[in-house]
Order: sequence, then C-alpha cells, then structure tokens
Amino acid sequence: MNKFHFDRKHLTIPYLLYLAVFVVVPLLVVIYYGFTDSEGHISFTNFVAFFCNTKTMGTLLYSLVLAIIVTIICLLLAYPVAYILAKGEYSRKHSFLMVFVLPMWINFTLRVTALKEILTLLEGNLAFHPFLNTVIGMVYDFLPFMIMPLYNALTKLDNSMIEASRDLGANGRQTFLKVILPLSVPGIISGITMVFLPAMTNYVVLDMVYNSTYIMGSLIGSYFSSYDWNNGSLISAVLLILIGLFTILTNRMAGDKDSRERGRV
Amino acid sequence: MMKKLLQHGFIYLVLAFLYLPILILAFYSFTDATMIGQVRGFSLDNYVTLFTKDELISMMLGTVLLALGVALLSTILGTLGAIGAFYSKKGIRGTVELLNEIPIVNADVVTGFSVCIFLIVMCHMDKGTFIPLVVAQTALCAPFVYLSITPRLKMMDHSLYEAALDLGCKPRQALMKVVIPQIRPGIVSGFMTAITLSLDDYFIATYTKPATFDTISTYVVNATRGSQTEIKTALWALSAILFIVVVGSVVYMNISASRKGEERA
Repeated sequence: MNKFHFDRKHLTIPYLLYLAVFVVVPLLVVIYYGFTDSEGHISFTNFVAFFCNTKTMGTLLYSLVLAIIVTIICLLLAYPVAYILAKGEYSRKHSFLMVFVLPMWINFTLRVTALKEILTLLEGNLAFHPFLNTVIGMVYDFLPFMIMPLYNALTKLDNSMIEASRDLGANGRQTFLKVILPLSVPGIISGITMVFLPAMTNYVVLDMVYNSTYIMGSLIGSYFSSYDWNNGSLISAVLLILIGLFTILTNRMAGDKDSRERGRV
Repeated sequence: MMKKLLQHGFIYLVLAFLYLPILILAFYSFTDATMIGQVRGFSLDNYVTLFTKDELISMMLGTVLLALGVALLSTILGTLGAIGAFYSKKGIRGTVELLNEIPIVNADVVTGFSVCIFLIVMCHMDKGTFIPLVVAQTALCAPFVYLSITPRLKMMDHSLYEAALDLGCKPRQALMKVVIPQIRPGIVSGFMTAITLSLDDYFIATYTKPATFDTISTYVVNATRGSQTEIKTALWALSAILFIVVVGSVVYMNISASRKGEERA
C-alpha cells in the first residue's frame, strides 16, 4: 500500500469533485428530466410539444429578437464609449473607465427599480410600450458589461498600428474599418456573449417594467411555480443546447481564451 | 474642435443614462414623496423604516451573511482548485478548466434550476437547510475566483517554492508562506467578485432559497409586484445607501491601488 503523499496538484481534487457533483451532474439530471414524463418514463412528448406549439415557438422567437436588438443597441452605445475612453479624449485617464463599470456592482433589481420610476414619470403608464421599456431596461442593465470587454480590447490595440495605417495613406474611415474594427473583434465577441444570453433569459427586467410577454427564462420561472419539473427541465435543456452552440460559435470567432469578464473587480 | 465636443457630449450622455435614474431615486429617498416627480418636504422616514422594520433588516442581514459565506467557500475552493490545476498534468488541468467554464457561460436561470432539480426534486433535500442555495451560488462564484487566481499563478516566481522546500519547509508550509502571499491580490479580487455576484444574484436564489428567506433581489422583485408604498420608498433608501457604498469602495480601491503603484515605481 502506498502512503498518500501531499502534493500541490492534489489541491484541485475538492474543486474538481465540486464541479462534477454540483455543476455537471445537475445539468445531466435536467436533461434526463427534460426527456422523461412525470412517471419517469423516457418520453419525447415535451420535446415535440415545445417545437410544435406556436406559443412556445413564439416565446423562443420573441427572446431571440429581443436579445438581438438589445445586443445591437448595447454594441452601438458601448463601442464609441470604449473607443473614446481607450483611444480618444479620455485615453490618459484610466480610472475614468471605473465610472462606466461601477453600476454593475449595484444590485440590478434596485437599478431597474430606479429606471422604472423614471420611465413611469416620463410615460405616465408603462403598459403602453412594453417592448420599448424592456429594451431600455435591458440596455440600462447590461451596458457596463459590454463597455468593459470592448475597452480592454481597444486598450490592448497598439497605437503604432493606427499610426502606420495613417502614414500609409488610409483616411480615418479606412483606418477604422480595416485596422481598428478587425483588431477589436475579440472584444466585440466577448461583449456579445455578456449581453446576448442574459437578454434571452433575464425575465426579471420584463417583470419589473410590466411586460407580460414571455421570454425563455420566464418559461422556466412559470414551470417552477407550477411544480412542472419535466417541462421546466426541457426548457433548460433547450437553453443549454442554444448556449452550447453559441459558445462554440463565439469561441471559434474570437479565439481569445481570457475573454470572460463578468463582475471582474 | 468639433470632434472633441462630440466625444465629450457622447460620453456625458451615456453617463447621464447610467446614473440619472439612481441619482434621482436617491434624491427622492430623502423626501416623503411616494412617487418620483412629487414635490414634498425633506424627510428621513424611508431610512428609519429601512432600519427599524424587522423584515427589511433580516432581509439585508441575510443577504450580506449569505454573500460572505458563499464568497468564503468559493474563494477556498477556487483558490485551491487553481493552484492544484496549475501544477497538474495537462489532461486534468484541461478538464478543470473546461468544467470551470460551464457556470460562467451558462445562464443563471439554468444553473439555479438544475441545482433545484438535482438537490431538491431528485434528492429530496430540504430547502430550509440553505444547503441548495449555498451550493448553487458557490457553483456560480468559485469559477470566477479560479479565473482571477490563474493569471497570478502564471506571473509567480516558481523558484521560490522550490527554494522553500530546499530550505526545509514542508509542502504545506511552503504553500501557505510562499505561494499564497504571492497570489494574494488574485485571491482578494476573486473574493470581491464572488461577493458582488452573490449580492446581485436573483435567479439562483429564487430556485434554491428557503421559502421564508429573501435576498435583496428576491425581496425587491416581490415588492415591485406588491403595492406597499412604505416598503417601496424604503427600498429607494436602500438603493441610495448601496450606491454610496459601491462608489466609496471603488474610490478607496483606486486610491490604494495608485498608492501601491507609486511605492513600486
């Protein structure tokens, strides 16, 4: 019998076990529940029902459209901000970035409450523009998460590249389109991953601005409240597949490993 | 000149979008208005309610204690996991890194729901023990700790550990006295990230928390559904306090970081 010798590499065992038991196993259990009925028999009824029901397909479509619009608006707002902070007027004041990412450390339900009160004051009744309010609410919530990765990508971008492009005769627009934009793609991709998935699943923002349309996350929430574990699991499994595809796609496009910066201090 | 003005203008517009709601709400928290836009007198009633009403006090205390507990557990697991994985064979390290990515890219709704299905539905664990809640939030937070430790390990001077062993340290001592001090900044920032993630979490908490326990997020969302104005305006006070705490700690961290930078230079 070999006596157990302490080695640095054994330190990872508890963590590996933790991830296996509390991350991997629960996901496998969810997939199992998604493809069984309430008696525990393997069944594709829920799966087929999800894809054949116009209501659930409508929910999927609505979440996708919402997520795409929110992501595009966040990108259009965040890119100029990140650019100005990294390369423009504010490039010498590094701590100024903090001002833009600071809101993400304030509890998001409280921030959305604040926004909701302002929107109520401006619009009188939130019920008139549920979609618009949801988009505003999500952009408000997620914008800092888009600014940060874009800023990081743009500060890493070597200024001499930009100068070289100018020296070689490119005008401002050409330099941006052919040098700056392509080099900031990893930041764009990482920003998109930070915004797109939450926009498909964060149904609290919709709830708080009284938008009663469902997104994918709301389906899980409502099955949870009605103790329908199998259908809830099926939606989770569908989301897992979407997230998996999305991750493979973005990883391939970015090729940048350390691109996850949610909540980094 | 024009370009400068545009850049400043854009930056301040986005800042206004991000901050005006919070600031306006903070302003109104010091009045006895029940809605934003009402002209009322100065009052500290909201702050008195916030710190005298039992359910509000226990909700705030519970959230903070939960965040501290989860952050501590995540930091221990994530730090040991990162050190161990760093010295492990490529295969093991790759596995840990892959599993570590899952909670980061996964939607919180799915993470929370899957732990709920596994522990509460399948294993019949009692929600009231807080175990599902702590387990699920740790599964989300520990990977972020792991990610903040890894770059520090890469920068570390590895000969120091060997030297400590040669000079007669036991591996455990060398770890505590040589490795841990060198990666301390990573541990601290990982701990802070874990705290903010736990404080901000709504979805994992909803699916795994005991029925009578509320975090700030779940409490705020329930309060927006209810119609108690007293609670609603007391939460304005909470958001003002959180805002000041976050601004304060960011300013403090920036000052201490720049001081350290000066010392080194």
